Amino acid sequence: LPASDESESEAKVDGETASDSESRTESAPLPVSADDTPEVLNRALSNLSSRWKNWWVRGILTMAMIAFFFIIIYLGPMVLMIIVMCVQIKCFHEIITIGYNVYHSYDLPWFRTLSWYFLLCVNYFFYGETVTDYFFTLVQREEPLRILSKYHRFISFTLYLIGFCMFVLSLVKKHYRLQFYMFGWTHVTLLIVVTQSHLVIHNLFEGMIWFIVPISCVICNDIMAYMFGFFFGRTPLIKLSPKKTWEGFIGGFFATVVFGLLLSYVMSGYRCFVCPVEYNNDTNSFTVDCEPSDLFRLQEYNIPGVIQSVIGWKTVRMYPFQIHSIALSTFASLIGPFGGFFASGFKRAFKIKDFANTIPGHGGIMDRFDCQYLMATFVNVYIASFIRGPNPSKLIQQFLTLRPDQQLHIFNTLQSHLIDKGMLTSATEDE
Amino acid sequence: ETDIDDRYGDLDSRIDSDIPEIPPSSDRTPEILKKALSGLSSRWKNWWIRGILTLTMISLFFLIIYMGSFMLMLLVLGIQVKCFHEIITIGYRVYHSYDLPWFRTLSWYFLLCVNYFFYGETVADYFATFVQREEQLQFLIRYHRFISFALYLAGFCMFVLSLVKKHCRLQFYMFAWTHVTLLIIVTQSHLVIQSLFEGMIWFLLPISSVICNDITAYLFGFFFGRTPLIKLSPKKTWEGFIGGFFSTVVFGFIAAYVLSKYQYFVCPVEYRSDVNSFVTECEPSELFQLQNYSLPPFLKAVLRQERVSLYPFQIHSIALSTFASLIGPFGGFFASGFKRAFKIKDFANTIPGHGGIMDRFDCQYLMATFVHVYIASFIRGPNPSKVLQQLLVLQPEHQLNIYKTLKIHLIEKGILQPALKV
Repeated sequence: LPASDESESEAKVDGETASDSESRTESAPLPVSADDTPEVLNRALSNLSSRWKNWWVRGILTMAMIAFFFIIIYLGPMVLMIIVMCVQIKCFHEIITIGYNVYHSYDLPWFRTLSWYFLLCVNYFFYGETVTDYFFTLVQREEPLRILSKYHRFISFTLYLIGFCMFVLSLVKKHYRLQFYMFGWTHVTLLIVVTQSHLVIHNLFEGMIWFIVPISCVICNDIMAYMFGFFFGRTPLIKLSPKKTWEGFIGGFFATVVFGLLLSYVMSGYRCFVCPVEYNNDTNSFTVDCEPSDLFRLQEYNIPGVIQSVIGWKTVRMYPFQIHSIALSTFASLIGPFGGFFASGFKRAFKIKDFANTIPGHGGIMDRFDCQYLMATFVNVYIASFIRGPNPSKLIQQFLTLRPDQQLHIFNTLQSHLIDKGMLTSATEDE
Repeated sequence: ETDIDDRYGDLDSRIDSDIPEIPPSSDRTPEILKKALSGLSSRWKNWWIRGILTLTMISLFFLIIYMGSFMLMLLVLGIQVKCFHEIITIGYRVYHSYDLPWFRTLSWYFLLCVNYFFYGETVADYFATFVQREEQLQFLIRYHRFISFALYLAGFCMFVLSLVKKHCRLQFYMFAWTHVTLLIIVTQSHLVIQSLFEGMIWFLLPISSVICNDITAYLFGFFFGRTPLIKLSPKKTWEGFIGGFFSTVVFGFIAAYVLSKYQYFVCPVEYRSDVNSFVTECEPSELFQLQNYSLPPFLKAVLRQERVSLYPFQIHSIALSTFASLIGPFGGFFASGFKRAFKIKDFANTIPGHGGIMDRFDCQYLMATFVHVYIASFIRGPNPSKVLQQLLVLQPEHQLNIYKTLKIHLIEKGILQPALKV
């Protein structure tokens, strides 16, 4: 663990002035908060050696988090959305707190308020955009909601502008640089944390399987790479994270792909995971009920000759979604860890051991979610590019708001396009 | 060997006054100007240089408008690249990070990726007919988001692999600096181009209002200035601010009246595949047709007229000029604060007497976003070419269903006459 190396950096260097060395010790590793391990666990494990105790604490907390994950899935999409929102707020809080600690900027005027205000604005903007699409009928019914949705961008921009002007007015002569740093820090954090969490919610609405499988693959890769590294690890992977090994990386990759295939097979059977989440006006709740799309219907595939001789079967019945799951697990295993390395580099750069101490044995929420950063964006981009095209009902809504001459122009172009393709003949036009 | 991070990273925690000033680059005033003005005192000499350069820039602006929308797009792109370069260079000088491995390459690579993404999103819509013809372009458009994301990821992974123990903090700073710069500059420039496609008047009027506000606030401040406005910019005064506001509103009103007459400025820019160029020809929308308005009583007494003919667009221009005068300056204060924070006098020395390109465009930051949001909320709905583009990408069965739904809707509204059976 790198913790012991940090004490070396506190040694003074010749020629430094007093203020230099003072700021040097201040930039030494930030003090770790009190150990949060519950007393119960501490007593139960008091006999074991320190290494195994750590292993057990991590193991128990891992099980607890996975069980929690299952419970939330059971509770449904609404609860999932709320959990995603809470995780986002906690991650934002953790990163901003690190910023404060790095820059000693607790006494900057206004800054805490402004950071939370910007978080609120950006969330308002994103939620407004998504909610308007999915809750279209509900929004059209209620007058205040309709106005809010029509002028949504303008209102969001105004709110953001107010924050921007407050920032400019709050600039204080002695602290300009610090204030600009915190402004930049807040915005980069918003960019990373808030956009990703909204992409996660988009994926969720596409079908809970698009939310569960990617996140499970990342978690599985984390655990499998750790296990393979623990038992077989020998060759270090990257200087940035000395604990990662090539054996862990490759073992984790194969284990995750297999896990993804199995999990997709199990989940594709159930409607509640496979259907897009819709808001039902009559029952005023979320429903997941539909005719499963082609992706989730069993199909026969011919096994290539190579594998035929190994397994002894000619064909296999699979869901097409399982092929996609290979792509998702591959990304989770190969590129996901780069998110982890990024976070490790970040922690080394700012000399912190963990983002926070929320989860005993694991660190902060960010520590658990660092590999998920890129996954959410990848899944969203993947769905947009390979799975579905634009949303037909959304297109109709947009069409209805156009001017009549524009509507006519589009209608005519569509008509000639369909006639070209042979879907329409001029004769059927009159029916 | 001390950690380089600690030497420069500690710059953060110190108060501003401890940080050394960055020496300005050499003066780039052309020799001819220097000779012509050698007789005058320093204050007037500065005034003349600024004046001449201002007139030069305005003429250049008019010239490019004359040359058309394509040149304007190129100009916007050129300005964007130069602004990015200026801000990144400041980052390098602040952090002494010229010797960071890879970083220059990575910054420009990210600029390229983000531009590729945005141009693909906007350009694809407007060039729909052109794009449909070429097979490879079709492929690029269909998987555009995936390709952009893959390109960005390659840059991200290169960054992670390039992290060096001694320079970790500096590298993260430059990474964040690059991303914030991209966020501010590249998104704004694309919003500018989208506004441009809406009609050149939506590009010209906001930019001219900001420039006019800049100039008239300076002039009012020069002649009447007394009460300082904000500690951040000691040269700004309340008299300049208020005088600039009223002049800009009047200017915007008049400019809107003049420009609304010409189809060239008022029509959305379209790409015609037959002539392979941009065309601005259309039936001007209601915004740009003269209408009679009854004057409220107090104006009636002043102007002695019952009614007045105005373009509705002129009312919108009041909103645009108001924003340019009241909120635009905050962009300028932001830039001033930035310059004070990093102890630089100007962003660069590209334009003699004025500083860098960023110095000229600092008030435009928020204007571009405002115009875009204004158009989206108050003027038009979704973009018709984008709707068409998305329709053409759908599965044929979906297209047929939508076609039937649309047909029913259009017949109901009376826009389409039901075909007469023979």
